[in-house]
Amino acid sequence: MAMRRYSAFAIAKEAMSYHLGWERAWGSPAPKKKYDVIIVGAGGHGLATAYYLGKNYGITNVAIIEKGWLGGGNTGRNTTIIRSNYLQDPSAAIYEKARSLYETMSQDLNYNVMFSPRGLLMLGQTEHEVRGYKRTVYANNLQGVATEWISPAKVKELVPIINIDGPRYPVLGALYQARGGTARHDAVAWGYARACSAMGMDVIQQCEVTGVRTQGGKVVGVDTTKGAIDCDKLGMVVAGHASVLAEQAGFRLPIESLALQAMVSEPIKPCMDVVVMANTVHGYMSQSDKGEMVIGGGTDGYNNYTQRGSFHHIEETVRALIETFPMISRLKQLRQWGGIVDMTGDRSPILSKTPVEGIFVNCGWGTGGFKAIPGSGWAMAELMARGHSPLTEEFSMYRFREGKFIDESVAAGVAH
Amino acid sequence: MLTLECPYCGVKAEETELQAGGEAHLKRYGPGSSDDEFESYLFMRKNPKGVHFERWRHAYGCGKWFLAARCTATLEVFGTYSAQTKEPPADLQAKIKAKRPNWEGYK
Repeated sequence: MAMRRYSAFAIAKEAMSYHLGWERAWGSPAPKKKYDVIIVGAGGHGLATAYYLGKNYGITNVAIIEKGWLGGGNTGRNTTIIRSNYLQDPSAAIYEKARSLYETMSQDLNYNVMFSPRGLLMLGQTEHEVRGYKRTVYANNLQGVATEWISPAKVKELVPIINIDGPRYPVLGALYQARGGTARHDAVAWGYARACSAMGMDVIQQCEVTGVRTQGGKVVGVDTTKGAIDCDKLGMVVAGHASVLAEQAGFRLPIESLALQAMVSEPIKPCMDVVVMANTVHGYMSQSDKGEMVIGGGTDGYNNYTQRGSFHHIEETVRALIETFPMISRLKQLRQWGGIVDMTGDRSPILSKTPVEGIFVNCGWGTGGFKAIPGSGWAMAELMARGHSPLTEEFSMYRFREGKFIDESVAAGVAH
Repeated sequence: MLTLECPYCGVKAEETELQAGGEAHLKRYGPGSSDDEFESYLFMRKNPKGVHFERWRHAYGCGKWFLAARCTATLEVFGTYSAQTKEPPADLQAKIKAKRPNWEGYK
């Protein structure tokens, strides 16, 4: 469907006619019989993959199918943090690509994703953490990712509400990425969906894949709750359900699905205009534009597909943050929710060909996929269109067999 | 909140008293095994949406490892049993089969 551009002029024009002229942002088509490419999963990563297939490679006969609703999985359940201060070169490359694409995403998509590069701090609260983050800063400088190590005094200046004196975990400094920040997570999914729809792609919601059809080791289509759909290439971008879908296609993935929770407080006046991550105590926090304190913690320890987590994890997260931010102790919690994250052994993603010809998999983003959405889509589109991509080379699903890990589990701690 | 009964000390422990230990009944591979076997042993964990057999430790109790059968889609616990077993006990498997007729069985 043709896309009508959003602009100040369009708003002014609509204001004259009671705003009755706005069209649907994306279509709601019935599936066609065949597509060149089917992407399973209309979350941020799936939609971004489809968008860059169209934009960079001119492949527009594409369907993005989604069992629930658009961006209703982890895209709508994360804490919207964007950063690229990773230790290993392949990670820094893809996350920095993503962060740089976020900078111009609102213009590129003609959709306001409210990207706010407000600055991000990762607190050093133990000597080990200080050493680890200093190492990351040195690595980032070599990789061309702008981060710096800042003193406790500077932390206090940036975050007046913080308690840097401990007693248990004093703030010894912080890794600071000035161009890190947040964006409106739903808008990222909506913006991509609208742009995909405008290119003639079909975003098909409420359509669950029930089987993957292959012939002679090659994919030929999928069975869905809306009937069978044929395709030449299939992209699996389903995060927590990656193992389930892979099993339908007849292969296994080195993934375990766990519940990760987040919560928001009641809205309060602006009090913190940066993102703060405290990995020693397993908590991170930012303030949304509505004024809510957005809080995330660690994952539960056991396999789980229920999209809800344990109460004691909420308690642990909040307890930890209260020591560092005493003023939040009186806040009421407004909402709490969970998502299912796909964890790999080295805490790095998988963007890879699979044992089945024509099937490509993008998963394993674990607890930190939102920040990577545009870079992941860009790289995945290149992998699907050309068969290889410099950004995905190291993220093969076969790296575990080869022992070529991209070990971010130590570098990132819990909040990843 | 998840509650598991420790088969050794009989305590009904809730999850803060326990530590999750991942997939149960792993077959271990040693020198001379193939790359496939090593990869499967080290990284390819079963990750079903449904019946899952897993290891737990009664960390803040008797300290012992035990095994549990649990549904990852509903968090229903089917039962717990001794870690000194090669596969889930037959009566537990029958109980799960009765509750989950579509379950493919232990493999």
